[in-house]
Amino acid sequence: MTTTSIVTQAPSKKMRPRLSFISGIGLTGQISFWVIIAVALIAAVGPYIVPADPNAVDLEYAYYPPSQWFWLGTDASGRDIFSRLIVGSRTALLGPLAVVAMATVLGTVLGLVAVWFGGWVDALIVRVIDAIFAFPGILVAILATALFGAGLPAATIALSIAYTPYIARIVRSAALRERNLPYISALQVQGRHGFAISARHILPNVSGLIVANATLCFGLALIDLAALSFIGFGVQPPTADWGAMVGGGMSGILQGEPLEAIAASVLIVITVAAVNTLGARLVQRSESRA
Amino acid sequence: MTATHRSTDAPLLSVEDLSVELRVGEEMRTVLKQVSFSIEAGQTVGLVGESGSGKSMTVRAISRLLPEGAQTSGRIGFDGLDVLDLRGEALRKYRASDVAMIFQDARAHTNPVRRIGDFLTESMILNGKIGRKKAEQTATELLEAVGIHDAARRLKQHPHELSGGLLQRVMIASAVAARPRLILADEPTTALDVTTQAEVMAILKRMQQEYGMAMLFITHDLELAGAVCDDTVVLYAGEVVEQQQAKRLHHDPLHPYTAALVQARPDINQRADRLPSVPGHPTTAYEAPAGCAFAPRCRLAQERCRETKPELVAIGDHGESRCVRAVELRGTLLMSGTTPLTADTEEAAL
Repeated sequence: MTTTSIVTQAPSKKMRPRLSFISGIGLTGQISFWVIIAVALIAAVGPYIVPADPNAVDLEYAYYPPSQWFWLGTDASGRDIFSRLIVGSRTALLGPLAVVAMATVLGTVLGLVAVWFGGWVDALIVRVIDAIFAFPGILVAILATALFGAGLPAATIALSIAYTPYIARIVRSAALRERNLPYISALQVQGRHGFAISARHILPNVSGLIVANATLCFGLALIDLAALSFIGFGVQPPTADWGAMVGGGMSGILQGEPLEAIAASVLIVITVAAVNTLGARLVQRSESRA
Repeated sequence: MTATHRSTDAPLLSVEDLSVELRVGEEMRTVLKQVSFSIEAGQTVGLVGESGSGKSMTVRAISRLLPEGAQTSGRIGFDGLDVLDLRGEALRKYRASDVAMIFQDARAHTNPVRRIGDFLTESMILNGKIGRKKAEQTATELLEAVGIHDAARRLKQHPHELSGGLLQRVMIASAVAARPRLILADEPTTALDVTTQAEVMAILKRMQQEYGMAMLFITHDLELAGAVCDDTVVLYAGEVVEQQQAKRLHHDPLHPYTAALVQARPDINQRADRLPSVPGHPTTAYEAPAGCAFAPRCRLAQERCRETKPELVAIGDHGESRCVRAVELRGTLLMSGTTPLTADTEEAAL
């Protein structure tokens, strides 16, 4: 009995996290998951497999139609649109990833600290969260780029701060529910540090909700960063970026060459739709399990 | 018993004039009124009373787990420490090494997503500063000591895979792991079925004696209190109404309330069409009347009981009782006729 349970447990332990992450989120959730994996894969290996140099300017080939050399044609500077889309997927994904990573870490710490200490610490954190909520993220980002110069770093940091309250508020409310469960007082009476209880017990038990909401924030951050690049505050030329390509492709639309703007927009929409669907499914799942 | 405690004359734990008020909405409600008792090292003291009498709040005050906004007065002394004034690291040390708590509902008091092994070893590793291997070995020994034979397998399981009785044994193992000097047992067997109850109680008692720990044992089961405790403290409406040796509580109660509790137990040898009960309903401290808190339910109550608040007075060398008629009624409380309760309690309105 003892031996069998040990033998069967060893392999299932490795399988469990992967399987459980995409189980219980429905067909749309699973499709979204694989779409995101595909986009991430392209972003990872894309630059090594692109058919043409994404930054090679050749004005003779400006607005060259789709062909066997340029699958989606070229832009106003004669650069291969297909290659630029592939390379652009990196900034499109890494930017939001950085925003979500920072916002999640910061928000989780704030939420847990607020719950553990309670009292005036909690009140202060809630006030600060409310205050940041009052500013639209994109406005903060524009202000930051005005202060520290246009480009991805300033915009990313500004958006991280703007997204922190979303995570902090969700972590706080979930952790508060957890904090009041009897097992926490049992740990307290064993003389555990509040830090250890928060990190080792409360955090793992609210992590599902954190992941789900971080996913939702990823979609929003992607749109915000694309919008910033579109208006010229985000990714700076000549670096390829979807948002910047939509912006750059605007003049093409007027000249009857809408392919660049459309292709970049479609990719943004597909990616954001997939991320948001997955996020919504994950939220649903963690709420039904809680 | 082993002498892990300092040899002083002072008791290990002394609760002096402990009063607790809880915030309920806007008002403060009294739940404990000047409760005093003490526990010597290695001794077992029973805390007996109905729901709402303040048993759990007493234990929560000692373990410093009172809800936020609770106001306390009085003093809780633990081997020279002033428990109610402990802060930060000192409070953590006191909880980590001096006291341990066993809860009524073991299932609610374990993190459902952590394994039994983690539950047992985490404290040892974090507080005891020992390695994982050593901690796991200690955990296995502890589980075997509380009568869990397939300890290695149990360590890998989650709380939901264990029965209530097994989980309570794990709780006991975790409570004694740090070799505390005082165990606070808050109705440890109430949620278990009767046969498991006896086993768990025997294990708890054995561990206590082996390690020489003192125990504050909360129960509403007078028989159990009589069996495992040295001393008993009877609480009613947040006040101590009687205090005496556990073995005498049964046949010589000093307070009509205790007598009523003794008589409310169904007799196995006698068929009762209607189970005896204490008339009226349990009173909490904040709604207690001006005079004796038990007077409205007491058949022996007189005018003076309702008018003046009785003091806790020593009855010979026996114990203490908070009843103005304690001396005159001494020895007659359990006799029919003068009993505070008869089997056909008609107004047993609950």
